[in-house]
Amino acid sequence: MELICPAGTPASFREAVDAGADAVYCGFRDETNARNFPGLNFDPAELREAVAYAHARNVKTFVALNTFMTAGKEELWYRRAREATEAGVDAVIVADFGLMAYVAEQHPTQRLHISVQASASNPDALAYLVENFGAARVVLPRTLTIQDIARLARRVACELEVFVFGGLCVMAEGRCSLSSYATGKSPNMNGVCSPASHVRYHQSGADMVSDLGGFTINRFSATEPAGYPTLCKGRFEIGDSEAYAFEDPVSLDVMDQLDELRAAGVTALKVEGRQRGKAYISEVVSTLRATLNAAPRERAVLMARLRSLSEGQQTTHGAYEKQWR
Amino acid sequence: MTPLKLTLGPLLYLWPTERWRDFYFEIADESPVDVVVLGETVCSKRLHFMESELAAVIERLEAAGKQVRLSTLALVTLDRESKYQEGLADATHLVETNDLSALHMLKGRPHSVGPFVNVYNGATARILARNGATSICLPPELPAASVVEITRSCPDIAFELFAFGRVPLAISARCAHARSKGRTKDNCQFVCQEDPDGLPVNTLSGQPFLALNGVQTVSHCCQALLEDPVETRSLGVTSLRLSPQACDMTAVSLLFRALADGAIKPVEAKARLQDVYPAAPLSNGFHHGVAGAEWVARLRNSEGANR
Repeated sequence: MELICPAGTPASFREAVDAGADAVYCGFRDETNARNFPGLNFDPAELREAVAYAHARNVKTFVALNTFMTAGKEELWYRRAREATEAGVDAVIVADFGLMAYVAEQHPTQRLHISVQASASNPDALAYLVENFGAARVVLPRTLTIQDIARLARRVACELEVFVFGGLCVMAEGRCSLSSYATGKSPNMNGVCSPASHVRYHQSGADMVSDLGGFTINRFSATEPAGYPTLCKGRFEIGDSEAYAFEDPVSLDVMDQLDELRAAGVTALKVEGRQRGKAYISEVVSTLRATLNAAPRERAVLMARLRSLSEGQQTTHGAYEKQWR
Repeated sequence: MTPLKLTLGPLLYLWPTERWRDFYFEIADESPVDVVVLGETVCSKRLHFMESELAAVIERLEAAGKQVRLSTLALVTLDRESKYQEGLADATHLVETNDLSALHMLKGRPHSVGPFVNVYNGATARILARNGATSICLPPELPAASVVEITRSCPDIAFELFAFGRVPLAISARCAHARSKGRTKDNCQFVCQEDPDGLPVNTLSGQPFLALNGVQTVSHCCQALLEDPVETRSLGVTSLRLSPQACDMTAVSLLFRALADGAIKPVEAKARLQDVYPAAPLSNGFHHGVAGAEWVARLRNSEGANR
């Protein structure tokens, strides 16, 4: 199985390549990708250099064009698809039907991957994407169990890629407007979720309160570390109880299910985290590479190295396990 | 100018079978809506609740002159859910597709596209039209600036806006509703039925924020697009969608009919709508390109209205 790693900057990109990624994915510095954060991403020249660096080491480059094209401004997405193709990237990762059609028609030799944001979760959905746009690979939404994936894999005519490590969307990806309800900025339209521009921390008595777009997402006592107010990882009041209504502040880790994923027919394992720094990328990618190469009984010890990086954060198997639902 | 049509969207919540049936009987007998979309969109576990009364409801609605469409599920992962979609695709009624699988099954046949399919631009709308779509209800998140671009670039099909109701904001494999009541999705015992208008989610500062509807999360605010009908038509929109809430939906639809016919002004419509559905404040921020929870009073409609 291929190891697909994130890079938010050229420096992180080289780290990921050197640390053992089979492919590195990145995006342009604008709303054409879903990590449209200040200080991140690539311009066309940086992308060309990155592709050359990767190709010289037999590593692939994927470019995420995984937001939905703004009506009337489609040319920006078309131009980015053109620039990615001209840079020689090995695949573009696309969520929008209109952009898929553009790539299929204008750049028919460019390999097309379907983003998790397209929410293709069943055999007919995948068939639609393969037949209409020539999709070579689909990144599956984090709504499926490993059993679901195995059933799907037997009935589809494309490769399957799944998330194994990093941040976890609780909601079906590409179908969530929670962020824009609170802030006006959404993953689908702007490439951001719970943007820092709309975050405010303030003291309330002894507590630290974190707000997003004027809505309180969490409240921390003096002894709790104050986490970032990602909307679906917030603490809310339902009835008489206060709880993490959707998901605790956890991240995804299914590296202990490698054999099951391989047996299910998965082609590629994806790591979330283009917003992470290069030290994190280096440590995570090298550890995941070592784990993939290791015998099953050695894997847990290797993965334990990453616990310090997640700062005491808990990890979850998410939807891969039925009980999570 | 052709008058705007009204579509009653699918009921998003789980209501007991009798209440569900009686709701649609009243719509058939008293509501001026032109189109009624029936069917479960949120959770396949709920499907059996409407099975026994579906035929009677369809018959009553059609006898009253309403066009009936059948909605697919919005999130399909299981084999039995795929089979359900197939069954709908083979039915004689026009199907509203809310998932990619249904787009595949209905390729080349007339169908409508619901708000859970991501249509953010004209290029996508044209692809769906080529696939057989005759109408599209655009995603509630879409600003008016995008709406007008899309309708202009795809004039062959009808476009609808989500004009009334709590906005469906997210759907998950996980059931936050069941979990909030100490259960999981697999042994939920249909606890979502206890909350016919959604289960309120407040912030820890006491602000009403969201509501849980099974695996779906909806807004606390009720989206209300109460623009002047001439303005709505100028966006290229031919129909308004009213999404059922636990309130007098006949009154809601009469109010939107009056607004669409120019019989009442937007400001009056807003005041009356707030009386009919006092459970939630009204919002229209998405339509104006700002946070969805906001209410934007436009200058030309601003007499007496406030933000």
